[in-house]
Amino acid sequence: MNVRLLHPDGDVGWTREVPPHAADLAQDLGLETLWETMAGGNAFLAEVARSVMLASLTDPEAITYRQRVLQDCLAHPAVVRQLYAVALEAITGERKVYRSAFFRYPAGILHGALEVMQLFLRQLRQLRAIAEAHADEFASEGFRDLFATFKRDLSEDYLQRVAGHLRQLQFRHGVFVSARLGPGNKGRDYTLRRPPTHRGGWRQWVPGFDRAAAYTVVVPDRDESGLRALADLRDRGLNLAANVLAQAADHILGFFTTLREALAFYLGCLTLWERLVAKGEPVCFPEPLPPGRHRFSCHGLYDVALSLRLERRVVGNDVDADDVPLVVITGANQGGKSTFLRSVGLAHLMMQCGMFVGAEAFRASLCERLFTHYRREEDPAMQRGKWEEELDRMRTIVGRLTPHSLVLFNESFAATNEREGAEIAGGIVRALVEAGVRVFYVTHSYELAHGFTERCPGGVLFLRAHREPDGHRTFRLVPGEPLPTSYGEDLYRQIFGEVGDVAPTGARGG
Amino acid sequence: MGVHSILFLRPEQRAAAEDAEAPDCFRDLHLDQVVEAVTAGRSEYRLQGFFHTPLPDLESIAYRHEVFRDLESTALEAVVRTFADRMRAVRGQLARAAKLRYPLQQERWFLEAVATYLDAVGDLCRALGGLDLRSRGFQDLRAYLAGYAGSPGFTALAAETARLRQDLAGVTYSLHIHGNRIRVARYAGEGDYAADVEATFQRFRRGPTKDNRVDIRDWPEMNHVEAAVLERVALLHPEVFGALHRYCEGYRDFLDRVVADFDREVQFYLAYLEHCRRFSAAGLRFCYPDVSDRSKAIAARDTYDLALADRLVREGRPVVCNDFALRGPERIMVVTGPNQGGKTTFARTVGQLHYLASLGCPVPGTAARLFLCDRLFTHFEREERVENLRGKLQDDLLRLREILSRATPRSLVIVNEAFTSTSLRDARFLGRRVLERFLALDLLGVWVTFVDELAALGDQTVSMVSTVDPANPTRRTFKIVRRPADGRAYAAAIAEQYGLSYERLKERLAR
Repeated sequence: MNVRLLHPDGDVGWTREVPPHAADLAQDLGLETLWETMAGGNAFLAEVARSVMLASLTDPEAITYRQRVLQDCLAHPAVVRQLYAVALEAITGERKVYRSAFFRYPAGILHGALEVMQLFLRQLRQLRAIAEAHADEFASEGFRDLFATFKRDLSEDYLQRVAGHLRQLQFRHGVFVSARLGPGNKGRDYTLRRPPTHRGGWRQWVPGFDRAAAYTVVVPDRDESGLRALADLRDRGLNLAANVLAQAADHILGFFTTLREALAFYLGCLTLWERLVAKGEPVCFPEPLPPGRHRFSCHGLYDVALSLRLERRVVGNDVDADDVPLVVITGANQGGKSTFLRSVGLAHLMMQCGMFVGAEAFRASLCERLFTHYRREEDPAMQRGKWEEELDRMRTIVGRLTPHSLVLFNESFAATNEREGAEIAGGIVRALVEAGVRVFYVTHSYELAHGFTERCPGGVLFLRAHREPDGHRTFRLVPGEPLPTSYGEDLYRQIFGEVGDVAPTGARGG
Repeated sequence: MGVHSILFLRPEQRAAAEDAEAPDCFRDLHLDQVVEAVTAGRSEYRLQGFFHTPLPDLESIAYRHEVFRDLESTALEAVVRTFADRMRAVRGQLARAAKLRYPLQQERWFLEAVATYLDAVGDLCRALGGLDLRSRGFQDLRAYLAGYAGSPGFTALAAETARLRQDLAGVTYSLHIHGNRIRVARYAGEGDYAADVEATFQRFRRGPTKDNRVDIRDWPEMNHVEAAVLERVALLHPEVFGALHRYCEGYRDFLDRVVADFDREVQFYLAYLEHCRRFSAAGLRFCYPDVSDRSKAIAARDTYDLALADRLVREGRPVVCNDFALRGPERIMVVTGPNQGGKTTFARTVGQLHYLASLGCPVPGTAARLFLCDRLFTHFEREERVENLRGKLQDDLLRLREILSRATPRSLVIVNEAFTSTSLRDARFLGRRVLERFLALDLLGVWVTFVDELAALGDQTVSMVSTVDPANPTRRTFKIVRRPADGRAYAAAIAEQYGLSYERLKERLAR
């Protein structure tokens, strides 16, 4: 029995591998806000949201598979929450049964496994009941398979058989084993035997019955070492059965754990969806395209993390960056450049875990790996340390890059003089792009941006943060080549308040 | 063929070798370390005596060379190792049988020991039959085993052993444990219940899972409940257990003397070959020396001190190899040069080479021509404290006189730094006198000294010098070369360091 809600191949189909640079991604893209919203205060939901989101998929089909499961969840939230409750109860119930490593002897293991299995039997019956009641309402392959599995594998006949074994394994009539002669004529291959069920039943095993074919050893009550030896013999017989039952319990527990985990992800998505929709923000299911094609086009793409932190709605952007490997964003300070860059990263992560994205429409080629290289705020006195720190982070990224990766640079390599920084950054970007990597680069270095107008393999899209002639920011990006100024004067005036006509009205990113 | 030995062409030599003590030269030449390393892990075979017993004639040496070459050049070594492992198992099983408390257990272990032995002999015999063996030692062994394994006694034992084991393997019994009672009966084909349970729960299986089986500790011994059960099993199967008892009574002395001796003696070869192999990864070679009992024109190429090399290879450090050769009237190599330059090591090497050759073993080097000497004398500085300098000088002279009185023209003498405890003038005089006496005897030798003049005593001496790096005289090369002693003083040279850290940093930043 497998849960295939996250991947058509089940649990094995998706990796839980969180990239080593996850902390940078979380910090640079504001992911914590997203996960907090999805979790609603539940630590487990937060952990699942985190690990599923960070373990990006790179296969469009796997993504649309999840999208359909998520659409089912959005349509039937109550059933999904009910399933989650059943799984949770099985898991918490199992934890209450004392299965300690201190009692590592077969009879003890058998006893613990029996208790757990009794509990699981009840939860499995509930799963079947839910499937019988609701299976027809669900459309996604993931849910249809799951419900079909419940109906098929958890039939009443089968569960009766399980219950029968659970009774038999209590061995009220003693343990019946066979053995062969091993090294030194010691017993080996102790095998638990099916108790005889033919006529005569248990009477056959009453001492004195059928003397010619059997002998009886009686261990006196006071012979403690003898009684221990006898228990040891019985344990040898029980060993395999105890193992089988404990493994079955482990497998079923594993099933419930996987089920709970998958549902936890979708419950998180459900919560996020409800929050955004309640706020009036647009949400859509994106169109994932195979990696390596340099496709990117969005309509009303906004920074979900920023929106979650604000009362009002935030501004979205329309960008068509198909067929260019490099997008360079320049323009006014506090004009929405960083916010846009975050929305690009977030949209990729959300799309690549099967979620909806914060946009009216979104379509992009999948990236194999996503990296962020942001300028870090640090002790300004340590200019040199900062420069080296930037280079060090870049080296780490380069070590992990694959051709169809996506790298988001935000004001990178500015911790030195502009000419030098532009030269180094330009070289790095050029090398990445030539290797097939897609780059979004936010900079207010005219030197750097302008350098790309002259020579960039495969072309470049320039976006500029818009500024009204009066200095007013719309937080919208428009295509446009870099200008030699980034309106630092505006910022100066705004902060020092010398001219009162340019107070910002919109939300603003860094 | 009943007195065959893989180690001794003339088996009468064997008795003397059994408990032979180490020769006097052993410690000085570090041969004690070599033999200890070679025989490590093989104490059960008591091989030391074999290594303490040089062979007296070229024929015996050739006999061992043949065996070594067979073991090296064919699949023979693997065959012999398998045999040795089995024989070790036989001893283990017999020891176990002797230790156990319940007769029904003892008898079963005895049966297993015999079975293992039969397999060992049978497989060895078959495997030898399929190999192209060149040595007299293995050819004779093959012939002996063919006769032995084909004998009626052997085949009858094999048949009976097989039948008994099969009968015992067929004994299956069932236990019904209820409360404090165990009912023992013949097994009547009841189904496997754990398999039923497993089949039922199969559908929940999702990939690998933890093994919950408890590793119930199992001793070779039985407790009294197990023994009581076994007694009941024996009662249920009287014919099998009765036959086992009669078998054990009848075959107490099943082990063949020749087979047992081979098992022990062949370890001499395996131990030595195994030891040789530890050096091949470091590029160090062994060769079969050309041993003569007439020509004193000895020589070796790329040779080294086996004891020192063992340590260096372990530590991953390089080993310096040396060459030497004596021609015409040349008899004694006089080694001079700076301290810590490898002089003593070189002297030991020459001694080790001759000793190992006299055992019929391959020696360190790529080629060697050696003399089969009647005795090997060493004179090394004694570690024991002597009260005063005169006492030490006196001791030196007494020991050298003792050597001179016993040495023959067929002896080899290694003298290391004699007369260090007197004035240079005395050392020069005494050294010259003693060395001349050795030369008069026409024996072979190595004379390590700080007295350069001794290196040019006549056409019987050859001057060998330990060298240094010309670019950096503080660095010893440990190369001992044939050239006149130069008496040079080695001033400390300035060692300069050239670092590339800057280069490496640049490279990293460029990335």
